Amino acid sequence: MAKPRTMYDKIFDAHVVDRQDDGTCLLYIDRHLVHEVTSPQAFEGLRLTGRQVRQPGKTLAVVDHNVPTTDRTHGIEDPESAIQVETLAQNARDFGVEYFNELDTRQGIVHVVGPEQGFTLPGMTIVCGDSHTSTHGAFGALAHGIGTSEVEHVLATQTLIQNKAKNYRVTVDGVLPEGVTAKDIILSIIGETGTAGGTGHVMEYAGEAIRALSMEGRMTVCNMAIEGGARAGLIAPDEKTYAYLKDRPKAPKGEAWDAAVRYWETLASDEGAHFDTELRLDAASLPPIVTWGTSPEDVISVAGAVPDPDRIPAENKRISKWRALDYMGLKPGTKITDITLDRVFIGSCTNGRIEDLRVVAKMVEGKRVHDAVSAMIVPGSGIVKLQAEAEGLDKIFRAAGFDWREPGCSMCLAMNADRLAPGERCASTSNRNFEGRQGFKGRTHLVSPAMAAAAAIAGRFVDIRTWG
Amino acid sequence: MDAFIRETALAAPFEGSNVDTDQIIPARFLKVDRTVGYGSFLFHDLKFESDGTERPDFVLNQQPFRHARILVTDENFGCGSSREGAVYALSDYGIKALIGPSFGDIFYNNCLKNGLIPVRLPHDVVAGLREDLLRGPDREISIDLDSQVVTLPDGTLHNLEIDPFWRECIMKGVDEVELTLGYLPEIESFEARYLDEMKWINR
Repeated sequence: MAKPRTMYDKIFDAHVVDRQDDGTCLLYIDRHLVHEVTSPQAFEGLRLTGRQVRQPGKTLAVVDHNVPTTDRTHGIEDPESAIQVETLAQNARDFGVEYFNELDTRQGIVHVVGPEQGFTLPGMTIVCGDSHTSTHGAFGALAHGIGTSEVEHVLATQTLIQNKAKNYRVTVDGVLPEGVTAKDIILSIIGETGTAGGTGHVMEYAGEAIRALSMEGRMTVCNMAIEGGARAGLIAPDEKTYAYLKDRPKAPKGEAWDAAVRYWETLASDEGAHFDTELRLDAASLPPIVTWGTSPEDVISVAGAVPDPDRIPAENKRISKWRALDYMGLKPGTKITDITLDRVFIGSCTNGRIEDLRVVAKMVEGKRVHDAVSAMIVPGSGIVKLQAEAEGLDKIFRAAGFDWREPGCSMCLAMNADRLAPGERCASTSNRNFEGRQGFKGRTHLVSPAMAAAAAIAGRFVDIRTWG
Repeated sequence: MDAFIRETALAAPFEGSNVDTDQIIPARFLKVDRTVGYGSFLFHDLKFESDGTERPDFVLNQQPFRHARILVTDENFGCGSSREGAVYALSDYGIKALIGPSFGDIFYNNCLKNGLIPVRLPHDVVAGLREDLLRGPDREISIDLDSQVVTLPDGTLHNLEIDPFWRECIMKGVDEVELTLGYLPEIESFEARYLDEMKWINR
């Protein structure tokens, strides 16, 4: 009998074009997502060497990082952003790549668009010049971020030079309590592993609590695999995966669909497959999480208090965490629910999908955003936006005093005009609380959409398990 | 990329674990065309006050470290975003190599692709090295990719571990796209078989 394999082993093996004696592999790439920030130099490289995009049909380009989230029917004001967006449009034209521009309903954050279009499918290898490509692992696809040199390599060859990573499995048993979400699961995992815990691994998420998540929730979990150091996250496809993908514009149809599902059903890790590292969490014990520092590993329960770095034995880590507290303007022992906010950002490839917006609408319906808070909601794509508007969610948001914007990456990384002013404190549904991530000297607390919504209303963090 | 074989240069200690690529280059600079050079964006918000004046407490603003060509870092340097701009900024500034206990995964790969040598040495060795560099006066480190040896200021020798494939690429300054295109027949035959088996993958 064949040796039991993990899902990662199976997908990797199925894509090996060539394997050298030292283990270096040439891996075939099924899908390549391209955006405006990490691609210009890659296309320029092709031009300089007279090369073509080898498989334009396996490539999809969309603008997301740079685009303003205000009305863009009259063009993009910022000259550098406008050039980068126009460069992608030109490259897509020159190299025959399908492209969703900033006025296209299908435009949005690459990691929202891929699944939404059925461009992302189980069993595939998927890459993009963006670290949150791990999101697509929610469908049982081997998906990870690459640098610009690798973008050029994939455009030119439809392959990537890779060494096999190790297998890591995180099992989340049991049932999540009310008010605790996919975001709290992944933040708790990162709290356990640290931001480097997954380095050199592909992380598979399994267990009852993961199976119970919607596809949106699974995407939230895999999205932040990179924040735990893992290059890719993976969740075995199941009926929910197939129901999400069926009849999507770029998903296979008819007999091809049936053949695909038969193959996808073989992808799950075999009984007895070897994992180099394992972690188990009990969903029932997880609280809503708030980050207090400048690394996604700095997690604490909303019912807790800012920790004291002096209790950390390792000197370098102690210094780093004191520095984080200083940057965040917080003191050890401060109750999380005593932290007041200036801004709330709801959106991003982590939490900018329709399900996230439905949760927010439920939390804020009939209420008002706190006077001291400015709150914005940025849908993950034009299709998410249309869907939300069809359900009347935009009216609930506006009535509550939220700013309802056009789709894009927005204040997750502050490349466009959406950013924090120095010293401003923000509850954000995005993925990184790094120094300056949301604007120079801005202070970011990562939370779930439900926690961000409640914080917008209350003007401070509240424990949504007992609030309202 | 430019070939790298060996280099002896001044090294600076760079404190802090989990230094992410947003610190190495804030996202707003990624809109800039690479041809203008990314060196002035390196560690921009750590290096400068909001009015553009240098922050005197930042190591690369201090003598002699402002002339450093090697950085000695702490755990998980370069974690976070996949932006190759972080490596462009280091390279364009003049950094030739990094020495640390561990690096962010995508960042590590991006370094190799630009001929910036990321050297992994044990945590204790690197921590001691940062202290030695701060104290001085000997602050030169030699990195020899050919013999795979790193020579620290105190004269101790350490093995430079690096994937043999990438070592050769960097020493020869190879264009890896060219290298892979040498495997085009293998790619084409794989593709024909694979896409025939997996018809659903085609669009």
